[in-house]
Amino acid sequence: MNDHSMNTVASASDRAFALKKALEEQALVPEGYIETFTEIMENDFDPANGARVVARAWVDPTFHQLLLTDGTAACAQFGYTGVQGEYIVALENTPTLQNVIVCTLCSCTAWPVLGLPPDWYKSFEYRSRVVREARTVLREMGLDLPKEVEIRVWDTSAETRYMVLPFRPSGTEDWTEEQLASLVTKDVLIGIARPELPALQPRVNQ
Amino acid sequence: MMDGIHDLGGVQGFGPMQHSANSLSYKPVFHENWEHLGYSLLFLGAGELGLFNVDELRHAIERMEPRQYLTSSYYDRIIVGVASLFVEKGAVTRQRLEELAAGAYPLALPLGAGRAASPPHIPFQSGERVRVRDEHFNGHVRMPGYVRGKHGVVVHRTTHEWPFPDTVGHGLPSASEPTYHVLFTTQELWGDAADAGTVVVDLFGSYLLKA
Repeated sequence: MNDHSMNTVASASDRAFALKKALEEQALVPEGYIETFTEIMENDFDPANGARVVARAWVDPTFHQLLLTDGTAACAQFGYTGVQGEYIVALENTPTLQNVIVCTLCSCTAWPVLGLPPDWYKSFEYRSRVVREARTVLREMGLDLPKEVEIRVWDTSAETRYMVLPFRPSGTEDWTEEQLASLVTKDVLIGIARPELPALQPRVNQ
Repeated sequence: MMDGIHDLGGVQGFGPMQHSANSLSYKPVFHENWEHLGYSLLFLGAGELGLFNVDELRHAIERMEPRQYLTSSYYDRIIVGVASLFVEKGAVTRQRLEELAAGAYPLALPLGAGRAASPPHIPFQSGERVRVRDEHFNGHVRMPGYVRGKHGVVVHRTTHEWPFPDTVGHGLPSASEPTYHVLFTTQELWGDAADAGTVVVDLFGSYLLKA
């Protein structure tokens, strides 16, 4: 540490790979562990999972009831369980109630049904502001709700993991479950957007 | 930790949201080739090796020097927290990390004592009014500062139980207890200096008193 160059903080990338290397030197990293876990994070955790749960609840009243009384059991029917999903509570929207999820203290999210949290969800702006000025924050992101809609923000401060159950848009009565699921985006599951029919919604470039 | 820099709920001064709803796809999940190491090495330590738990990770990040916390990216904070725990648990040394990274390797500041749980003798029921304890302590806590001393209504008691974060976040064993979803009005939390609405916070019984 007397060397001047050693006083410069190494980049995050260099520090991350240094930690991996140091653990490997101690034989603490089982073969394939990092690759397998990363594969799960990138492919198994996915907001499309939550979308399937919502679509099922829209077409199946028994499942709808189960989702509201025991969200963990309902999601487990699809195999959506495990780390960061051990106690899932579904929050049902109504025309006069919009539920919104945040984690002000860190970034907790229901990984198996919502996927890993997006950058905006982890931003200091969202974490600090949405509990105190939800209506303004939602408007900034494109959801301008009428005054009569109560906005209820759920701070993920312990181990409950939430998902929003939006209400089914009218005009979708003859849609299949798969078509319905396509309306449910990650942002809908977090509660900063409502499902909209494609014809009514300008498509945004992905 | 209580009153730490990470406790951002209700803090003023941050600017407008840069995100537009439904403008992003889920993938790519990670934007840089090292970011996945934050979570995969976290679960190596917390799951596979059983060296620490997720509350200890949260607390290690809270123990980052505040200026470092605010200027580090999300996955950088995870790396700092995980590396701090591997060093504190004796799995690797800071010296070796600095040699391998060819530079300084800032870690979390030292760990304090933690505290025991004090759950209610009679569990709270849905519909019951409660008050969050008006207390201050040095250590890990999962009670956001903005509800301290505030009144709310229990809307749900979990059927699952978890160890008390203020204890296990310091590496100590703890009995488990349910948590309570407590509904507050923004009027109760910030008076007129907030948008009208409600906030539900998931709180351990040890943070709550009968109103």
